[in-house]
Amino acid sequence: MRTLPEPFAGWFAARGWVPRPHQLALCRAAGRGESALLIAPTGGGKTLAGFLPSLIALADRPRRTGPGALHTLYVSPLKALAVDIARNLLAPVEALDLPIRIETRTGDTPQNRRTRQKADPPEILLTTPESLLLLLSQPEAGAFFAGLGAVVVDEIHALAGSKRGDQLALALARLASLAPAARRVGLSATVAHPEPLRAFLSPSGRPEAVRLIQVRGGAPPALSIMLPEGHLPWGGHMGLASAPEIYRRIEAARVTIVFVNTRAQSELVFQALWRLNDAVLPIALHHGSLTVEQRRKVEAAMAAGKLRAVVATASLDLGIDWGDVDQVIQVGAPKGVARLLQRVGRANHRMDEPSRALLVPANRFEVVECTAALEAVRHEELDGDPPRPGGLDVLAQHVLAMACHAPFRPDDLYAEVTLAAPYAALSRRDFDDVLRFVADGGYALRAYDRFRKLFQDAEGFVHVRDQHVARQLRMNLGTIVESPMLKVRLRGGPVLGEVEEWFVSTLLPGDSFMFAGQTLRFEALDAMTAIVSRGGEGDPRVPTYAGARLPLSTWLAARVREILHEPRKWRLLPAPVQDWLRLQRRRSALPEKDGLLVETFPRGGRWFMVAYCFEGRLAHQTLGMLVTRRMERAGHAPLGYLATDYVLATWSAFEPTGIEALFEEDLLGEDLEEWMAESSMLRRTFRNIATIAGLIEKHHPGHEKRPRQMTMNADLIYDVLRKHEPDHILLRATRQEAAGGLTDVARIGLVLARARGRIRHMRLDRVSPLAVPALIEEGREWVAGGAEDALLAEAASLVEEVTGGEEIFAETLAEVTEGVRVRAGVVDTPRHRGKEQRPRRARFIRSAPKSLNGA
Amino acid sequence: MTPAPLHIAGERLMLDPAGLLAWPARQTLVVGDLHLEKGSAFARAGRFLPPYDTRETLARLQGALRRWRPQRLIALGDSFHDAGGAGRMAAEDAALLHRLLAGIEMLWVLGNHDPVPPAGLPGQAVEEHREGRLTFRHEARRGPLAPAEISGHFHPKATMPTRCGGVTRPCFVADAWRVVLPAFGAYAGGLDAGDPAIAGLFPRGARLFLLGRDRLYSMPAGPARPRPAAIAMATDTGAG
Repeated sequence: MRTLPEPFAGWFAARGWVPRPHQLALCRAAGRGESALLIAPTGGGKTLAGFLPSLIALADRPRRTGPGALHTLYVSPLKALAVDIARNLLAPVEALDLPIRIETRTGDTPQNRRTRQKADPPEILLTTPESLLLLLSQPEAGAFFAGLGAVVVDEIHALAGSKRGDQLALALARLASLAPAARRVGLSATVAHPEPLRAFLSPSGRPEAVRLIQVRGGAPPALSIMLPEGHLPWGGHMGLASAPEIYRRIEAARVTIVFVNTRAQSELVFQALWRLNDAVLPIALHHGSLTVEQRRKVEAAMAAGKLRAVVATASLDLGIDWGDVDQVIQVGAPKGVARLLQRVGRANHRMDEPSRALLVPANRFEVVECTAALEAVRHEELDGDPPRPGGLDVLAQHVLAMACHAPFRPDDLYAEVTLAAPYAALSRRDFDDVLRFVADGGYALRAYDRFRKLFQDAEGFVHVRDQHVARQLRMNLGTIVESPMLKVRLRGGPVLGEVEEWFVSTLLPGDSFMFAGQTLRFEALDAMTAIVSRGGEGDPRVPTYAGARLPLSTWLAARVREILHEPRKWRLLPAPVQDWLRLQRRRSALPEKDGLLVETFPRGGRWFMVAYCFEGRLAHQTLGMLVTRRMERAGHAPLGYLATDYVLATWSAFEPTGIEALFEEDLLGEDLEEWMAESSMLRRTFRNIATIAGLIEKHHPGHEKRPRQMTMNADLIYDVLRKHEPDHILLRATRQEAAGGLTDVARIGLVLARARGRIRHMRLDRVSPLAVPALIEEGREWVAGGAEDALLAEAASLVEEVTGGEEIFAETLAEVTEGVRVRAGVVDTPRHRGKEQRPRRARFIRSAPKSLNGA
Repeated sequence: MTPAPLHIAGERLMLDPAGLLAWPARQTLVVGDLHLEKGSAFARAGRFLPPYDTRETLARLQGALRRWRPQRLIALGDSFHDAGGAGRMAAEDAALLHRLLAGIEMLWVLGNHDPVPPAGLPGQAVEEHREGRLTFRHEARRGPLAPAEISGHFHPKATMPTRCGGVTRPCFVADAWRVVLPAFGAYAGGLDAGDPAIAGLFPRGARLFLLGRDRLYSMPAGPARPRPAAIAMATDTGAG
């Protein structure tokens, strides 16, 4: 196809457009019935390219009604994107008066429309992976998808490799069984490695079955780094020192998106900007914990050109085309090159003009990281993680959904599932164990036979027990497990959004915190809602969200190491950073490109050890656990540790010696197993897996479970299962996920391999310049296990000290027993529970900087 | 394991770090919410929790019985997660329970989860049990108590602030008149001792004894803070 057929050619011409080569290429591929992956930078007319073949086919097709009318299914990771695309597609359909109905089906679609859609589907249906699986779990799915001609997967790079991606891959495999003729189209932003995406999209799980159409180029983005005027901060991640410069840039541009890395940061940056906002520019806030209505309002204002800037988190990373954004400002280090480009691409959605973006590092280390990212962009090098095997928890959910759809033979389902790329290497044993898990829990102790959810008939077909099981599944379907959340509601007003439950549990009535761009006073807790009022005095706190920060990508980390190690490259860095590195070289040593720099020094009565590993926070967290365990055994009495993206720092009562032994590679064998079982990270992983696999329900018909108990239960279940059946499929899935990179065990391997024989140990008499950013970082982990009891003992003995008792039980309890009124100030408010040491949750809570008080 | 003495109403009781209470003078051991067969109760509703909770809970109980060798065991209610729990026990678990109770006088205080006596098990079921100046019941009674009271029901836990952040453990909550025991069952969750449901029982403050590996860790809990009434959330952790 060299040109488009009429009436499309005319429609293009009327708008002064020329079909782009990739749009024609996709039409040709569709004509041959081929599946195709289109990789193009933002602004390349990608979405239209994905739909053109369908529009052309449908223009000539006589109108059908009833099940079987569905021709094209579009799946996107975002509900909002589906809605937006529906709007954009309407333009050609209405202009050309095509016999095509376009509808969306997401979690927001009202029940009556869903019912109607089932009986009378539109030609084009736009949906999300979760809603697709829901459709597939229905008994009528066969008829519904029978006439399907095409599946379009948008933002496929954001789905592949995640659990939602696993879920979608399985759904696609099922679609291929229901509608073997349907071709697939994948739309992706620029990625480093297209092969895994091709495999993901492929009906056979092999990349060759998918035609690759790659659009190169577009104008290279114009990126630069902006430093705060005056002092360059040593630590911190919020980037507030740069607020005045950011504000000036907003004033100078038409429309700006200010991207930040966490929701907490978005609140702080937003408030800092408004404090400077003398011109009262319309600046809005957008993050994932705000209510949907709030977010839609901001998006609509943005689309209508009513805003000059929006401070946003990853909630705006994907999708919707704002058109008029002419500037992107990234506050804080970008953490990955692909992600940076994605964000930069949000500015100026036209391929032939460069996107303009500013990077605003928050501290000295981040300056180096931003510089490394710029270098990478300049050399057109992207990072990307290798594909990991599909999750067994997601498979469990899928198996049950398929049983709800129709009885199946295990052999057939196994064959179908292994056509999905993430499950291509799935062993039959794992499949069978997952099937058994779904049926009755799959425990060695066969206690639940009489409660089975699945049973097999004489011909070998697996059936679901009853409709109750199906209802339960549909209520809990999905792979996104959130931390327990509480709604935040203004007294007598609307709901503002959600914060994590633990955060609310640290608030007392009268405490203030920042949320949704305002300072709020916590009033009371009412069932599942935190009641707040506007205003509030004192230090407002900022809710943060566990696991919100992405770790530094391996690839960017290597570039950071390279810059640090090569004084020749320092000319890329601003003068204060160069001075800082020179000071480091004089006082200690520079981290090497290959090898591991470890510093030890005494400070405040403790010994600190700082290892410059550069493998990201998650890997360092795990490594910290392993290393402190070893220190404990070596008698260094470790007290705690801290992991940043760049370093691991530990502190201990005694001087750490024998550094090489602490970082030996066998750390991963013997200690890892032990550590894995105990760590809070594995517990979190298990909780997610148990929830997705259906062991723990998010929702139960007729019950609203208190989320706090859910957390508790998952831990208790984990302990019992680990003790009594360590090889259970869910524990295997937990370990597999840990080993597969979600807890970055592989990256620890990289550190240890680099360290082998190449540790440079600097024993210093004081803190080194490079170590300072780490030591003023928040987010400390304490040493668990035996040390946890030691800490309890210490805290309890503090109480003893305060109560003046040598014999704590005899003494104070005698007082209580004899009815002696305990003097206030002795027991009721002992020193260590004073205001400055309220139960500490410092890992997640930040106090707003002083400059922000008195709002 | 180092138990801690607690003097209440003129009686010397021992708090065991495993989460039980001993009354040496009467050779009696007291255990809070066992929630046996919670796993199978969930399995019945379609959630296949590992079926090892009963076994695990009984193993813990066995350890405590070996340490204290009591003549009598008092279970403070919610001993089974639901009324049919005793009937669902696996044969070997039931056999173990019978073995544990052999030669011991057993008192089942009834709770909200198990309002009827457990079928087929030795022992006597009571709504509450009074002995000397102590009353044993499932759920603490609000208001002043004439004699002292030993109860369970609330599954108290507490977070002790330490130098490296808070450490959360199940705990005993005690003052001069009452003791609330932590839950003993392997799948029993917890409710923060600061929750008004628990703190309200101790208007003049209490002492918390957090369970440690080998000993208890004590800290004071201030008198119940006046808080808006709205904060009283669903309090029945026994329901979880």
